[in-house]
Amino acid sequence: MAGSKEIRTKIKSVENTRKITKAMEMVAASKMRKAQERMRASRPYAEKIRSVAAHLSHAQAEYKHPFLIKREVVKNIGLIVISSDKGLCGGLNTNMLRLSFNQMKAWESEGKGLQISAIGNKGFGFMTRLGANLKSHVTGLGDTPHMENLIGAIKVMLDAYTKGEIDQLHICYTRFINTMKQEPVMELLLPLSGEKIGSAEGHWDYIYEPEAKSVIDDLMVRYVESLVYNAVAENMASEQSARMVAMKSASDNAKTVIGELKLVYNKARQAAITKEISEIVGGAAAVA
Amino acid sequence: MAMTIHLDVVSAEQSIFSGLAEFVIAPATMGEVGIYPRHAPLITTIKPGVLRVKMPDADQEQLIYVSGGILEVQPGVITLLADTAIRGQDLDEAKAIEAKKQAEEAIKNKSTKINYAQAQAELSEALAQLQTIERLRKHTH
Repeated sequence: MAGSKEIRTKIKSVENTRKITKAMEMVAASKMRKAQERMRASRPYAEKIRSVAAHLSHAQAEYKHPFLIKREVVKNIGLIVISSDKGLCGGLNTNMLRLSFNQMKAWESEGKGLQISAIGNKGFGFMTRLGANLKSHVTGLGDTPHMENLIGAIKVMLDAYTKGEIDQLHICYTRFINTMKQEPVMELLLPLSGEKIGSAEGHWDYIYEPEAKSVIDDLMVRYVESLVYNAVAENMASEQSARMVAMKSASDNAKTVIGELKLVYNKARQAAITKEISEIVGGAAAVA
Repeated sequence: MAMTIHLDVVSAEQSIFSGLAEFVIAPATMGEVGIYPRHAPLITTIKPGVLRVKMPDADQEQLIYVSGGILEVQPGVITLLADTAIRGQDLDEAKAIEAKKQAEEAIKNKSTKINYAQAQAELSEALAQLQTIERLRKHTH
């Protein structure tokens, strides 16, 4: 029975692989639920801060924050790339990186300078290999995004914008649509567009403490940070769903492979038995 | 029944408190502020400290720790946009410098010219792999 031992070993190894992918699938499923909850938990803050920002931008006519002023000439562009820290999640990062890569190439051909901030390991690795002008990066965010870890990387880009080193700030991440569908998107973060902020109703103004300018400055920074934080939270939910789906199909594939291998194994076994019987019968006939 | 005002305390990571209050004392940067229902619209920055909330049917004040943020008051609703981290000009600066330094170290030994061709090749390779897998899957089912 030549080869049957090899087939048995092969089956064993595929079964072991399947055990791992199955386990990863289940881990991703439970993490996905939590990631989705976190994504939703960050929404009230974003909504509140947006409505306050909307009101402020309309109530305060004499002071316009730099984030709200559109620049006529765009020479340099900043890009925040949000990716996952770990792989094995299907085409999630590849799709997102392809989108940002194409956009970067288009900008480059228009003669615009680029400054990149990478959040997450995969995007960071890609950008360093690409040799992009990397201004800041954060990796190792874990399963829970924390604002504290993001502040530094975001501030570098915001400072660059305030100083005029960049004239636009874009963000690229994977939007979570549902468990089966995630979509890479590229959005303009700065200057904040009026329509994104919306318009406020009525004509009244706040009492400011200490003064309007510093309150607005603080608020605008937090608003942009909350947008980035939301993108990170959404990216994490996408990552877990993508991983769950990828691992599920890997487990299914392993199952198919095991089935096929078992068939081959049984055929080989059957052939060996048949051969043995015919040999015995043949031998007996020769004796008799 | 005493008049009440709706209070929302939210942070980027979670909603911390939402409910009715009779009286709220917040640690504003210019000193503590006390707010009763129908207060004039006010917006102020908050320093790290304790937010004291007098609830309608409780004798005790509820205490909520906040690490700073922005307080918005409208006649019927108070919103506290709480920070999740202790903020400060110096602290933020330190974080920014850290993030910058890491990036600089990472690209120290790299060429500054963007190697688009190589990246394109890598990306298309990864995409081709994915498409192959996709096709294989369709084929077998």
